Amino acid sequence: MASAKETILWRVRRATRDVPEDERPEDVAVARGYRKEGEDARAEVVDRFAAHVAEYEATVHRVAEDDLPGVVEKILAGRGIQRLVVPPKLPQSWVPDGVEVLRDAARPRLTNEELDGADGVLTGCALGIAQTGTIALDAGPGQGRRALTLLPDYHLCVVREEQVVDLVPEAFAKLEEAVGVEGRAVTFISGPSATSDIELNRVEGVHGPRVLEVLIVG
Amino acid sequence: MTIKPPDAFSPGETPTFEASAKTSLADSQLRRNLGKATQTIRRKRAAVVEEMPDWEELREAGRALKERTLRHLDAYLLQLEESVTKAGGVVHWARDADEANRIISGIVREKGANEVVKVKSIATDETKLNEHLESEGIHAFETDLAELIIQLAGETSSHILVPAIHKNRAEIRELFLRELDVEELSDEPKDLANAARLYLRKKFLNAKVGISGANFAVAETGTVAVVESEGNGRMCTTLPPVLVTLMGVEKIVPAWRDFEVFMQLLPRSSTAERMNPYTSFWTGVSEGDGPEEFHLVLLDNGRTDVLADEIGRQTLNCIRCSACLNVCPVYERTGGHAYNSVYPGPIGAILTPQLVGIGKPGSDSLPYASSLCGACYQVCPVKINIPEVLIHLRGRVVRHKQDRGGLRERLDPENAAMRAMAKAFSDPELYENAQRLARVGQWPLVRGGKIGSLPGRLAGWTKVRDLKPVPKQSFREWWKEERG
Repeated sequence: MASAKETILWRVRRATRDVPEDERPEDVAVARGYRKEGEDARAEVVDRFAAHVAEYEATVHRVAEDDLPGVVEKILAGRGIQRLVVPPKLPQSWVPDGVEVLRDAARPRLTNEELDGADGVLTGCALGIAQTGTIALDAGPGQGRRALTLLPDYHLCVVREEQVVDLVPEAFAKLEEAVGVEGRAVTFISGPSATSDIELNRVEGVHGPRVLEVLIVG
Repeated sequence: MTIKPPDAFSPGETPTFEASAKTSLADSQLRRNLGKATQTIRRKRAAVVEEMPDWEELREAGRALKERTLRHLDAYLLQLEESVTKAGGVVHWARDADEANRIISGIVREKGANEVVKVKSIATDETKLNEHLESEGIHAFETDLAELIIQLAGETSSHILVPAIHKNRAEIRELFLRELDVEELSDEPKDLANAARLYLRKKFLNAKVGISGANFAVAETGTVAVVESEGNGRMCTTLPPVLVTLMGVEKIVPAWRDFEVFMQLLPRSSTAERMNPYTSFWTGVSEGDGPEEFHLVLLDNGRTDVLADEIGRQTLNCIRCSACLNVCPVYERTGGHAYNSVYPGPIGAILTPQLVGIGKPGSDSLPYASSLCGACYQVCPVKINIPEVLIHLRGRVVRHKQDRGGLRERLDPENAAMRAMAKAFSDPELYENAQRLARVGQWPLVRGGKIGSLPGRLAGWTKVRDLKPVPKQSFREWWKEERG
């Protein structure tokens, strides 16, 4: 008896008998007349990123590199964050004194219960997208595994100005290697967890972090 | 517990759309809820699409990429299997719903789990996975807020994207008070969402198996994507040590870079956002990050039959955004349940009859559940010509009746009327005579400028539509008078 795989492939081939034998996938033309790269100046792109992130009810701050540690400390204190999760290879200078640091590592990893019991997490990112106000994490240095930015209720994310791209296609181009070569998981975050399931009213925070705060450094 | 309405994907006959629509139309609460929701989302969608100067180019690229994928689906399926396997995942093939369900319950049982957490998946609704798992003693927790509402209420979804669109906050509050072991609860959406959060957090932390659908899977890299808002998708796909994903075979995109098209089209078309809050992309298993075991189940369940129909094939372009539901004048008035299918609205009207096969009265009635206004085609981000497929399917339904039907079908008033009309249209003299006759014959039936119901065998035609009377003077008569 034919396996399910054989049967399905046979059905697909029978269903596409109208396709000429010698047609290759590339022969089906795909016109890509859409925008691939933005044309605006850097400053405008970063401004747009800041504005679009803020429109999702995320809090956005613009800070100079030197002021970063001080600003992080002040923000965490203001939010009452005591137990802070920190991914591997996050710049040590970002982490302020005066908070309890839960450092994740390959061994031992923080347990889900520890993550759930933490007040917040501080990470960097892979890139930001101005067009949509999106932050992309690719499990690279300073970002950590996916559970880190999921279980704590508060996420403070540092984005460097030079990490911001303008359009969505630029982001997928930049992430291609991390995914295609290294097989890393990628998470796109656009504002805090939200739902519009009840009468289409937007509510922040169902299962993910209820607060997203973004520091744009440059 | 409410009895679940019949579904075209369950065994047994489903009622016709016209029969179910009558009940929905009489529900004024439902119409208020739906009217408010669809109008809001239509307005928002138009605004975010307006922002995009290259929207038409993106739509065309999306359509063409889907066409490329579908014409070469066998090659892309094999490529996907290879890349997922290489990335440490396991690929399964399922000819139909039963086979998919058996594969999935087999994996769950092997892990010794009697509970699983699920992120919203229409594919698993189609296969009735939850019922199957329940019959094997495994309880599946829906974790999307709307799906949870539906599950607790013992109902089925009425919209692809916002399945509980037909329920208002007061109804949801009552449901949560009854089902979620909470003592006090306001009807503020914020409090309702928080009640769901507390209830489900424990489930997420303890589940051994997570189950998801897939929005896309990349043939080239094996990357699977789940697009969502609440974070429950991230929870289900990363926290449990085992992840099972069920996807229809048509959900493939050729390359990673093709996301640049679909991830622009989908969020703006569905929730009218520039981007949805969360998208998870994973490639097999990643050491130390997320599940240790990943299973991808590729589901046919009628999709290859859709593929075989050269006009109907474009239905498989669908990326389940639900823009067509929100603009449809028929959906807005009847709601999703009238379609008796997990795929409601205009897309359901073409997808469901094709997936379950022509020849069943309930799903055969769906291609007629349309005014053919074309709004669905205009908003479709992958340019599915829904009106074209609707008409094509009406033809298939009629031909099926003529070919296979008994005497009753052949005497069907619509069939008889169409045969008489075909004859009249083919002969100018017959046509003019028929018009004159109709003008004389119609006077007792015209009320307020329209004909609400025709007598006898012709009643079938006016059961679901009003008819415009034949005008006092026909164009041909006017022409003769003026120019003749």
